[in-house]
Amino acid sequence: MFEDLTLDFIIQRYNYWMVIILMVTGLYIVVSRGNLVKKVIGLNLFQTAVFMLYISIGKVIGGTAPIYTDNPDEVYSNPLPHVLILTAIVVGVATMAVGMALIVRIRERYGTIEEDEIAEIEQKLDRQEAA
Amino acid sequence: MYHHLILRVVSKLLIPPILLFGLYVQFHGDFGPGGGFQAGVIVAVGFILYGLVFGLDAMRRVAPPHVVRRMLAFGVLLYAGVGIANMLLGGEFLNYSTLASNPKDGQHYGIIIIELGVGITVAAVMIAVFTAFGSRTPSIKDTDW
Amino acid sequence: METFIDIVLFGFLLLTAFAMMRLTNLFAVVMLSGVFSLLSAGLFVAMDAVDVAFTEAAVGAGITTVLMLTTMALTTREEKPSSHSRLLPMLLAFFIGAALLYATVDVPPFGSPDTPANTYLSTDYIDRTYKDMGLPNIVTGILASYRGFDTLGEVVVVFVAGVGVICLLHGRTRPKSKSGKKGGDA
Repeated sequence: MFEDLTLDFIIQRYNYWMVIILMVTGLYIVVSRGNLVKKVIGLNLFQTAVFMLYISIGKVIGGTAPIYTDNPDEVYSNPLPHVLILTAIVVGVATMAVGMALIVRIRERYGTIEEDEIAEIEQKLDRQEAA
Repeated sequence: MYHHLILRVVSKLLIPPILLFGLYVQFHGDFGPGGGFQAGVIVAVGFILYGLVFGLDAMRRVAPPHVVRRMLAFGVLLYAGVGIANMLLGGEFLNYSTLASNPKDGQHYGIIIIELGVGITVAAVMIAVFTAFGSRTPSIKDTDW
Repeated sequence: METFIDIVLFGFLLLTAFAMMRLTNLFAVVMLSGVFSLLSAGLFVAMDAVDVAFTEAAVGAGITTVLMLTTMALTTREEKPSSHSRLLPMLLAFFIGAALLYATVDVPPFGSPDTPANTYLSTDYIDRTYKDMGLPNIVTGILASYRGFDTLGEVVVVFVAGVGVICLLHGRTRPKSKSGKKGGDA
């Protein structure tokens, strides 16, 4: 597999490799950090990397933005991923707003936004209720 | 509030062009990049800047919460209303060609009206979310930042 | 030249992402996420997606930063370093990254005009938009007319999210002892 790691191969795919590294960084932040706000920020990072993946699928080299010009044989980039990602960005910010509102209410209820401290307080409440 | 003097003067100069630019982006979404979502966010940012610099009470006077909530629902109703009007005029749901005698003009009218609905809802949601967050008592004092 | 711009932007994006991972001061992380959104808007312009770049700059660098800062004003400013080991998340991230990298061997090359994604439906839309609607902006034509139903669903999602935030953060906002009356509503 490594014998066809030519410069051509790399140039055709380095976009996807960079985007995958960004995605994996976002996933790592979500899984490994305990602070809820940091988790949401990591999720945002993951989301933006996925958008970059979609947009780079639709690019045509030598093309231009999908807005009509007066040139009759102009090559346009693919407009369909742009439409899907436009919707996804706005839905992403809406769900992030709800997530942040939930974090504010969690802080008012438990006094902390670290995951392990919330789990401890929940266990203590469960033990008090069972006793 | 003399220590916010520069912010107040500059935002008084900047907020009208921001709102004007939001309107420009809204109505030129057909001819260049733009459309309802971007315009709604830009208009909301103008209001949020006013709220950040002049205080939340001043922002509540300019954008009263009950008006903002009605705008929230009005945008969605405008969009769905265009669809229902198309059904009443003989076509399917959201088939804009029925809105005028020439199908191309019908598509134009339909697109402008629904983009307006989208812009109104997005702007109202952002303003309402900011007002909701801003009216809670903060736990970090201003001097601790 | 475009390849050079892409490489520089991706380099900055990777640097910003790693800095966001390592820092524990949440204020700095929020500011870096605004920088990340602006850099990705620049990348979207380099990939000919001007509408998407506009939305990402306005939404990502504007509204998201404001929302995160208001949340931080109501919660905390520092992140506590985690007590359990980071080995398992790192292994998980590494294996998922390796699987995805293995899958990119078969992906069609970047930017070629005859991939399956660029041929069937999109050339159809590019031809039909001017005949059906007379609009120069193809993305608005698809968003508002050909896929208008999806946009209606999206507007309803934004509406429901707004109603959800109003319901969650409505009600008693200031402690009764301070002013003697209930705080104003949201």
